[in-house]
Amino acid sequence: MNWLPPNGALHGIALDHLMRWNLAVLFWLFVASQILILLAMFRRRSAKKSAASGQQRITRLFILAELLPLLAITALYLWMVFTSHKLWAARRESMSNPEAIQVEVTGVQFQWYFRYPGNDGVYGATRPGLINAPAGNPLGVDPNDPRSADDIVSAVLMLPVDRPVDLRLRSIDVIHGLFIPGMRLKQDAIPGMTGHLAFTPTTPGDYPILCSQVCGLGHNRMQARLRVVSQADYDRWLAARERALAPEASAPESQR
Amino acid sequence: MTTVATQRAPGRTLLSRIATSDHRDLACLYFLLALAAVVIGTLLSLAIRIHRVWPTYAFPGYGIPKPEDYLALVTMHGTLMVFFVLTVVPQAAFPNLVLPAQIGAERMAFPRCNAAAFWITLASLLTLLAAFFVPQGAPISGWTSYPPFSALPAAGPGQGNGMDLWLLSILLFCLASLLASFNFLVTIFARRAPGMTFTRLPLTVWSWLASSGLTVIAFSALLAAAAMLLADRHLGTSFFLPAGEVVNGIRQRDGSGSPMLWLHLFWFFGHPEVYISILPGMGLASSILANFTRRPVLAYRFMVACTLFIGVFGLGVWGHHIFVSGMNPYAGTAFGLTTIAIAVPSSAEVLAWLAMLFRGPIRLKTPMLFTLGFISFFIAGGLTGPLLAQPALDAYLHNTFFVVAHFHLVMAMAGIFSIFAGLYYWFPLLTGRRMNETLGQLHFWISVVAAYGTFFPMHFAGLAGEPRHYAQLSGTVESFSSLIPVERGITFAALTLAGAQLLFLFNIFWSMRRGLPAGENPWAATTLEWSPIQPHFNIIRDPYLYGTDIATGTDFLPQWQSLPEAGTSAQPSASNSE
Repeated sequence: MNWLPPNGALHGIALDHLMRWNLAVLFWLFVASQILILLAMFRRRSAKKSAASGQQRITRLFILAELLPLLAITALYLWMVFTSHKLWAARRESMSNPEAIQVEVTGVQFQWYFRYPGNDGVYGATRPGLINAPAGNPLGVDPNDPRSADDIVSAVLMLPVDRPVDLRLRSIDVIHGLFIPGMRLKQDAIPGMTGHLAFTPTTPGDYPILCSQVCGLGHNRMQARLRVVSQADYDRWLAARERALAPEASAPESQR
Repeated sequence: MTTVATQRAPGRTLLSRIATSDHRDLACLYFLLALAAVVIGTLLSLAIRIHRVWPTYAFPGYGIPKPEDYLALVTMHGTLMVFFVLTVVPQAAFPNLVLPAQIGAERMAFPRCNAAAFWITLASLLTLLAAFFVPQGAPISGWTSYPPFSALPAAGPGQGNGMDLWLLSILLFCLASLLASFNFLVTIFARRAPGMTFTRLPLTVWSWLASSGLTVIAFSALLAAAAMLLADRHLGTSFFLPAGEVVNGIRQRDGSGSPMLWLHLFWFFGHPEVYISILPGMGLASSILANFTRRPVLAYRFMVACTLFIGVFGLGVWGHHIFVSGMNPYAGTAFGLTTIAIAVPSSAEVLAWLAMLFRGPIRLKTPMLFTLGFISFFIAGGLTGPLLAQPALDAYLHNTFFVVAHFHLVMAMAGIFSIFAGLYYWFPLLTGRRMNETLGQLHFWISVVAAYGTFFPMHFAGLAGEPRHYAQLSGTVESFSSLIPVERGITFAALTLAGAQLLFLFNIFWSMRRGLPAGENPWAATTLEWSPIQPHFNIIRDPYLYGTDIATGTDFLPQWQSLPEAGTSAQPSASNSE
């Protein structure tokens, strides 16, 4: 009974482990409570007379059936929070890794674009007024900015295996949600803000990229693909894309 | 409901029953309004389910839904159910029906305010439904309506006139809720009968105290947010609009705001809203459990403390809806902790209910069955709360069907089962008759099985990564094809669930005329709404005096009844329910 899709990310191993533990504990709590309700429904309908007086009985019941289980459940909740906080803190409460591969992810109704900063390692400037998808500039990259000359815009997110990645999230129209189930990743792309998302893919393969925040009539079509390949394949792909830019003949290829 | 009013006051015209400020007449009007909303909301949800598994099915008189139609269905289904069913019934219809009686008051503190609240709610519902009939139809941005999607008409069909009507409807609903809740609060504080101290209030009244307090604060935030969004749309402000927006290739005006503000304001309302709709059900569950097990509520003061704790803390957990929105990750950690904290009193109430089940002689009449159903769903949906409260795990499950399963179980199913419990329980107050027990039992068993069949499998779809608001499972996600049989099963269960409600509707209209005469105090209850003489009381005892060691020879002692020895032994041994 493995409902989660295959995991391909470094942090996904611990996350899946924790998810399964949580689900198992909660599932059995659910089953136990439902059995209790059914037992109560079908037990003998007569009330037992107890020797203890009313007040003593109630106090005992309160301690045994209320306070003690409540303490146990509170301890369980605290265990859940603190174990998973380690995961959250490790990935989210830290600065981005300067060694990481940088890719800018931009959500547009209804398409994901992935921009690589190129050999200079710096993204060229973008201007909303320059956005023109039919003319091949869906992100509004400024051609007059020298840093943009080697920027690669792709409809596929290509990444080498076992290298840390830092995604920079943007949206130019409405809120989109970057969701890569196989990488256990989700983060909204909010217009006017730049988000960051760090992870390390560990298993080569193809992974669906979805939009998880309703963004318009094409919301369910807003899908792309993450391709995790070997470092050599990645370098070859990058070099080919850079060569395609070099003649300056065509604008950055963007459509799928 | 007409027969009801006729019985109570023969010779009243239809007009006098409608243009009324009598709280029980208003309760009937609210019930009718919620009935209309729930019928439409359910039909929309069936259309959603059918379209998901048979995407090429052409609806008679309409045709095959377009992608934007699907999103409009989802948006309107959510809005109708959350506001006009799950808020209106527990937080407007039920308190109008019994709140004054339960505290020994003849009428509400502000009857006209109270009546105005109903008419504004009706205007709000009609405004919302009108969105179906304007050019481009109903809005498609979901019931949370995040900007800029909801701020810019260019962002999609339905985001023009439809969105304006949606916002107007929300504004009106906020206004009505504020009026109604101020009235309830003042009524509880100022109009209790002599002797009705706070520790003698039924737990339903404590719940309405907490939920009305939450309503005043939460709906004020939503009122402001909706007004600000309307201003962004029509007055050139930019509370929620950032600079550099390009929609559909067209440059929008540069704003200086942020959509994040809406996310915070909306969920500052949105999470308390969950408690507004469920707290009255929790109070009702305690009351019904006490009655149908013939024992006092376990730890009454402790339950009151839990209710108030939930009421206050409910205001501090909204951030768990936006863990992955780009909120500061430290804030995510903090909101995870507050959310776990609020799970503790909720769990405490559940434990008390479970303990109460094993005390007295349990009577499985329909109100009790639906209360057990409420507890079952409250647990089933509640248990995934602490899981979703963990930012690290929520970052995978957010906006998937796992969350859809969570809130449909804990808010929708628990909420609707508690509404059924209340309707079966209080039906004699309105009609002098009981609802048919056999039909009621059948209604319960089919509903409970079909509801689990509908919502439990959604957990698995969510774990597989299936997002919300997808009209169809197509595209790059091959693994989703394995979910199609699950989806089909969900649709069949949903159709069964909706079909079972016909039993309930039939039962209501049949029992109104043909039901067994209920007589006085048909459930042998202790709280004041069942008193044959209204009102004028001098309350001398706690609300839940059930048990075998009560001096009168019966197993209960109503709050309105005076003892033979003129109040000398007014507090029998079981009275101290702690």
